[in-house]
Amino acid sequence: MSQHHPVTDAVSASKEVNPLVQALSLEARPQRPGPVATSLAFAWRALLKIKHVPEQLFDVTLTPIIFTLMFTYLFGGALAGSTSGYLQYLLPGILVQTVLITTVYTGFTLNTDITKGVFDRFRSLPIWRPAPVAGALLGDTVRYVIASVVTISLGLVLGFRPAGGVVGVLAGVGLLVVFAFALSWAFTILGLVMRTPNAVMGTSMMVLMPLTFASNIFVDPSTMPSWLQTWVNLNPVSHLVTAVRGTMAGTITSSQVMWVLIAAAALTAVFAPITMAIYRRRS
Amino acid sequence: MTNPEHAVEAQGLVKHFKTTKAVDGVDLVVPTGSVLGLLGPNGAGKTTTVRMLATLLRPDAGSARVLGHDVVHEADAVRSIVGLTGQFASVDEDLTGAENLRLIARLYGFSGAQARARTDELLTAFELADAANRQVKTYSGGMHRRLDLAASMVISPRVLFLDEPTTGLDPRSRGQVWEIVRLLVADGTTVLLTTQYLDEADQLAHRICVIDHGKVIAEGTPAQLKSSVGTGALSLRVEDPADRSAAAEVVARVLGTPVELSGDVSALAARVPDDADAAQRAAALLPELHAAGVRVAEFSLGQPSLDEVFLALTGQRAEEPADPEEEVA
Repeated sequence: MSQHHPVTDAVSASKEVNPLVQALSLEARPQRPGPVATSLAFAWRALLKIKHVPEQLFDVTLTPIIFTLMFTYLFGGALAGSTSGYLQYLLPGILVQTVLITTVYTGFTLNTDITKGVFDRFRSLPIWRPAPVAGALLGDTVRYVIASVVTISLGLVLGFRPAGGVVGVLAGVGLLVVFAFALSWAFTILGLVMRTPNAVMGTSMMVLMPLTFASNIFVDPSTMPSWLQTWVNLNPVSHLVTAVRGTMAGTITSSQVMWVLIAAAALTAVFAPITMAIYRRRS
Repeated sequence: MTNPEHAVEAQGLVKHFKTTKAVDGVDLVVPTGSVLGLLGPNGAGKTTTVRMLATLLRPDAGSARVLGHDVVHEADAVRSIVGLTGQFASVDEDLTGAENLRLIARLYGFSGAQARARTDELLTAFELADAANRQVKTYSGGMHRRLDLAASMVISPRVLFLDEPTTGLDPRSRGQVWEIVRLLVADGTTVLLTTQYLDEADQLAHRICVIDHGKVIAEGTPAQLKSSVGTGALSLRVEDPADRSAAAEVVARVLGTPVELSGDVSALAARVPDDADAAQRAAALLPELHAAGVRVAEFSLGQPSLDEVFLALTGQRAEEPADPEEEVA
């Protein structure tokens, strides 16, 4: 474990000066970093956490695998006539479900930081105030991309052949990540107000389950009773799924894209200020 | 209102949590370059006070200034000159020690290379170089606390808040933390430290504020406080319980203080008064007891405990906190 750092060696070489005294008498005060640099530092921290705690990616990788296999092979034939036909319909939906469920971790991580006291260390620093939250959200987008890569790779192995090609698939993932980033502001609110990380997890799931299941992710809503169809058509997740399917199939319309972008902007416009207000109020 | 010789000044700080008054009108002053010990039991309001001074909590009433900057209206200026270590301002246990320090260095604006150099310097200074690349969750209590301290010294803070810096540490780690604090103070840093231990406040602080139920109930130098309680506590056990009353008589005569008879039939305790020859008189007890024919099984002199300070100051024992959650909320 003992490594050689030029600085460390220099310090221990000058035996006359206690290294502690030397380390404590630092006169230099660097220039305060801007919002972007500060947020990127927090995003770096989020990546380090993924590196050190890879278990947190289990959900992200296992959920889409289980759902894709289960739905494709159990129900695919019955729902769409053939498993491969159903997969073309299902996969973009599973992708959306996976990434949306991953957004829950944003609130969970934030709440863990608060309960462990890490958050207060950051709040005691002279930094751009939204940076810890904004940086964490940025870091989370990496998780969304990992979830997307896993899901799409599995789909390709099983026979998912998107007509939109590489560009369509990338565009679909891009839309999804933008939406997920916006939605995670909602979960940061739960992360700030609830008492334990597990409470955040439970509540977020209670919100997400009806949103993802009562949608067009798994089946075409035309066979549903009319009251449910009304809900499914109102459900923002359905609109998102339609857009992601559209981009991947190469049939996207500009109004579908606009819908996702406007929804993302609206979510951010509503939830980001609320998050920041609660964040400040904690002091 | 602002005195340039005062690094920290607080007037009438109040903080409520729901129905509890965690801090109920605290005034305090820390002269620049000195150490103030905030002494009190769990739930007394020490942490809440420090959190307000460190800009983490907004006071419901009252005001405070750190080096002339208001903690509410100039919070950012305060944050750039204070360091904070404590139960509530921790490091990320999933990351390594080096990563934690690098993150904080980056947040202060060090470049990548500078952040690395500063991290290495701090890890060496705090004797953590060997553990630099281990996750903090594998650290011992003492290592963890040293990293906490290092994290609050990435830039040399002019005012340092230490919230119970040695709670839960073994004696050796405790001594190390004390040594670090002494070095900092010698270097000109102003320190406000909270503690549950009188001996810690005695070792480190120039002045002590005793706090209970959110109020400062006594303030003074360690010597002044201790003299209000007596320099120490004598505890004595006799071999034969029948000798206890004889022993009590000798102790009362020699020390001139009331003797406390506890439930243990062979034990007694007394406070040693704080005057010049008290120690001699306490030492003279043994031959006197011998002369009275009392066989002594145990004889010990100790510093008054926080409990005893409390007993003396409030007339009641220090209470356990009602709800630990309130203290950190």
